[in-house]
Amino acid sequence: MFLFILKRLAQIVPVILGVTLVVFLIMQMVPGDSAVILAGEGASKETVEELRENLGLNKPLHEQYLSYIGNVFQGDFGNSLKNNQPVLDEILIRLPITMELAFFSILITIVLGLIAGIISAIRPYSFSDIGVMVVALLGISLPSFWLGLLLMYVFSIKLQWLPVAGWDSAAHIILPAITLGAGGAAIVARMTRSSMLEVVGQDYVRTARAKGLKEHVIIYKHALRNALIPVITVVGLQFGSLLGGTVLVESVFAINGIGRMIVDAIRTRDIPMVQGGVLIASLVFVFVNLLVDIMYRVFNKRIDLN
Amino acid sequence: MTVNASLVVDTAELLLARRQVRSEKRKAFFSAIGQNKAAVVGGIIILLYISMTFLAPILAPYDPYEINLKDKLQSPSVDHWMGTDDKGRDILSRILYGSRLSLGVGFSSVFFGASIGIILGLVAGYYGKWIDTIISRCLDVMLAFPGILLALAIISALGPSLINVTVAVGVFSIPLFARIVRGSTMEVKQLEYIDAIRTLGANDFIIIFRHIFPNILSPIIVQGTMRLATAILSAAGLSFLGLGAQPPSPEWGAMLSSGRDFIFSAPYMAIFPGLMISILVLGFNLFGDGLRDALDPRMKK
Repeated sequence: MFLFILKRLAQIVPVILGVTLVVFLIMQMVPGDSAVILAGEGASKETVEELRENLGLNKPLHEQYLSYIGNVFQGDFGNSLKNNQPVLDEILIRLPITMELAFFSILITIVLGLIAGIISAIRPYSFSDIGVMVVALLGISLPSFWLGLLLMYVFSIKLQWLPVAGWDSAAHIILPAITLGAGGAAIVARMTRSSMLEVVGQDYVRTARAKGLKEHVIIYKHALRNALIPVITVVGLQFGSLLGGTVLVESVFAINGIGRMIVDAIRTRDIPMVQGGVLIASLVFVFVNLLVDIMYRVFNKRIDLN
Repeated sequence: MTVNASLVVDTAELLLARRQVRSEKRKAFFSAIGQNKAAVVGGIIILLYISMTFLAPILAPYDPYEINLKDKLQSPSVDHWMGTDDKGRDILSRILYGSRLSLGVGFSSVFFGASIGIILGLVAGYYGKWIDTIISRCLDVMLAFPGILLALAIISALGPSLINVTVAVGVFSIPLFARIVRGSTMEVKQLEYIDAIRTLGANDFIIIFRHIFPNILSPIIVQGTMRLATAILSAAGLSFLGLGAQPPSPEWGAMLSSGRDFIFSAPYMAIFPGLMISILVLGFNLFGDGLRDALDPRMKK
């Protein structure tokens, strides 16, 4: 197991380097002179040249990249073009908010998805199954930003049960977390159902039945445990689109997380801020995937550890 | 000479058999998809939307861009079935014309991403070794960006516009196609008929595009249909954020975005564009599910 973790850690090093390269190249892809863009509008020629010298923008591209990586690993993500404050400071304020939103959303994805999937799989092709699957199909088809607006309209404006927007109390978390978690829950439900149906058809479940075990023991102790293995992978993959989805949901509910920070930064062309936000979200995703992989091994003892 | 002639005959037989397998598969596929009610419903939805893009000028009761401030923010009525927006424009007409943008971005971005992804996957799968290693590592990096963040990164560099959204969403489809094509290519290239063609002296280009590519189409089509759903959602999402289509464009995501400001007083401004996106995406998902069941019997049980 320890070896496996070491091996996976070694594998993510090139991925992380690749991600930093892509993020570094964002600045290079912007049309125009990066020194002029970084200096901001209306900056004098001297300021631009000074900046070019200070930031090493006159050096060859590979040297610039190396110094960029060096800075990133020392926690220096550059400064915002808007207020000249370190990007990292802004990220540290906003990251906990986004992580909190992501945590509650993934909780909804897992709990709702599993329950719905199990209900479906227990009696396939029954009314409850068809009903759950229709809702799941809607869940993967509705745009999250639209679902968010609809929920806001019904629960905050019409019924006035929940706050419209912001991030001040526990009540503020409910609608955004449902909005963000719904799509994933639908996918997990579909996956759980098909995985359960496959497992239930296998010999060892028939043996369990033949032994005269009670149905709920068969479902929960025998079938579900093995059916969950592919579901874990799906949850891991969902975490990626969920992190991406924070961009939309944070904008709908006016939550000051990383996602909204990136969108605002794109609008104001604050490139270092965009780079910092995209980089941090991707690093979080890479490490979550690593965790999921490790969990997959722990749950699935059939895989050869070598 | 005789050896060569018999090889030609054998290869011809192999190719013929291969073609027969393909045509039988095709027949089975059409009957399977015809029997799948959900897929038929999905297909009808998609066709309706596509005809909407052509018929918009005939169907639309008003000019989608004409501002008419004295008729602003009217609720749905006989005159304006979906109401009017904050500038007095007829929402139904805007939605009809907007179908061209929303479908157009979806199709072109998937076409763009699929073309590059398929070529990368064919090359990686066929040649293997270091070429495969390099391509696969690049794909890993692209997949390490969560959700639409890679698209956002691209837009931040290129600037907000509908064309840049198409490129960005397309790029983010590349690794998904490349992965699938790579796997299928590796399977197919080991089949006997490929060896036979190679012995006859066919070059790599002909083997890859004439003989491998047509045999790995099914997973590409399934992936393409599913990707269309995601691409349309992502593109609408980016326009919703103000990073794609700009006002007064009747792109559905952009319409939803301006409707958000009137969610208290005129919720229909946001409801209808969202509904149109949802039904279209539902159509692609239904059709994609049906395609997968029809083309991939392993998934069926």
